[in-house]
Amino acid sequence: MTVPANLKFTANDEWIKVDGKIGTIGITDYAQEQLSDIVFVEIVVAEGEVVNKGESIATLESVKAAADVYLPASGKVVAINDALPETPEKVNSDPYGEAWMIKVELTNVAELDELLDAAAYEAKIAENH
Amino acid sequence: MFIPHTDSDREAMLHTVGVESLDELFQDVPTAQRFPDLDLPPALTEMEVVSELADLAEANESVRDLTCFLGAGAYYHYIPAAVDQILRRSEFYTAYTPYQPEISQGTLQAIFDYQSLITALTGMEVSNASHYDGATAAAEAVSMAFAHFRGKRCKVVISPALNPQYRQVIRTYHDGTEVQIVGDKIDKDLKDGLQPLLEHIDQQTALVIVQYPDFFGRIYDFTALAEAVHKAGALLAVSVNPLSLGLLTPPGEFGADIVTGEGQSLGLPLSYGGPYLGIFATRQEYVRKMAGRLVGETLDNRGQRAYVLTLTAREQHIRREKATSNICSNQGVMALASTVYMSLLGKNGLRQVAELCYQKAHYAAQRLAEIPGFSLWTETPFFNEFVVHCPKPISDLNEELLDYGIIGGYDLSQDYPELQNCMLVAVTEMISREDIDLLAETLTEVCNE
Repeated sequence: MTVPANLKFTANDEWIKVDGKIGTIGITDYAQEQLSDIVFVEIVVAEGEVVNKGESIATLESVKAAADVYLPASGKVVAINDALPETPEKVNSDPYGEAWMIKVELTNVAELDELLDAAAYEAKIAENH
Repeated sequence: MFIPHTDSDREAMLHTVGVESLDELFQDVPTAQRFPDLDLPPALTEMEVVSELADLAEANESVRDLTCFLGAGAYYHYIPAAVDQILRRSEFYTAYTPYQPEISQGTLQAIFDYQSLITALTGMEVSNASHYDGATAAAEAVSMAFAHFRGKRCKVVISPALNPQYRQVIRTYHDGTEVQIVGDKIDKDLKDGLQPLLEHIDQQTALVIVQYPDFFGRIYDFTALAEAVHKAGALLAVSVNPLSLGLLTPPGEFGADIVTGEGQSLGLPLSYGGPYLGIFATRQEYVRKMAGRLVGETLDNRGQRAYVLTLTAREQHIRREKATSNICSNQGVMALASTVYMSLLGKNGLRQVAELCYQKAHYAAQRLAEIPGFSLWTETPFFNEFVVHCPKPISDLNEELLDYGIIGGYDLSQDYPELQNCMLVAVTEMISREDIDLLAETLTEVCNE
């Protein structure tokens, strides 16, 4: 299980990669492992939509469970990974790469400070076990 | 199996909650109400009980003893004896899909066959394992449309010609939610057809629900309505009498997104109102928003055909508060009955039953329209039910008909105050030409007294 050092995390197992004002969002390797085989991804926001931190941006279904993905930091949606719903298994095979879900233009970068860094997220996962 | 608590079980439980005795546990219930005198007659022998129950049962007026022209959503059809015979097999004796479903391959196969038959009949791509009845299935269509648009479209347009009970159940289900129900307030002439519905459809509309044939028995071509609904980006639900689809174009062919229906006409007895069968079918693209159970066919580890509950992550027991609906059971025995019924009749048999209903109803409409003072309410094509305007209040007529052994049609003024003296007459294959002639003669007689 990997926890890349260049990302920020939520306690709810989302990651965000910040590149200037653009944040790219997905779910962590730990999250995909817990969910097991992902069979369905539905991105529930549209390009141009302004979404607040904590709002649902996607719904995932595995063979055993269903889960919502929440936005780690507020922003305007600037890109959607349209290919992901066609290949939901990418969430299992490449959670930090091809399985990105949306990109947002961040509207409140201060919110990033409330997120976990890699070390804090790893500690949080360890607590679950 | 029911296993009663033993004395030591009870003692352990009392000890756990911290009371000494059952009396102490119930001390908040006033003593007089704790063990009230029930004033029961002396105990009877089994023979006496059977005799008394038989007397009570015989006091019922049954469609077997009377001639029934009452429909309005539940119909008296012939049920082949094999339906009941198969239902009584103990392997099928549970109302629910089991909690370890794949252990019951027979139950799952029956549900899979039911789903396959329903999709063939409605022209849709997927069917769930069923809901409680036609009304709850219609309410689930509203839930599904609401979930599909994620609450961004809240308006639901309901035809005033949708069964009034279904409209009530939809309101009960969605009372207190953001769903806003419009379209069935009767401020327009009920004979105007679809135009008043079209006027309600806009960008806020999630769903439009119509009935086919409608509550008054009328058949409309919904092709243009479906186009208008889709142009506004909304979904179209069609509530059907499935038996009519033996004859009519299936809703899947004119653009329905959801088909719901009351499955009672497919081999279920009237039984004073239930249990019935809620049909729910939709298009593949909406399957994850569909409530209820879904059985799929697959291969097991030996390569043999096997049945499984599939896409269960849609359901309330996994998705919980995020699910489309809190329903995750189905009407197993009733779905089985309809499966056996449809299998026995086959495509041609269903068409024959539907044609008999159609032709007999049209003969009845012609006979009743000939009676002085009686007229047909509308010229719109109909299936097995039609509205006849009578010279007297329907409740009075029905009381008189009962004296002649006839259950008259539905009194529409109960739900539609502007339809005074309007009777909704249903005719099925159980009605003979003589029965129809008797109805016409009796009505002529009681109106000329």
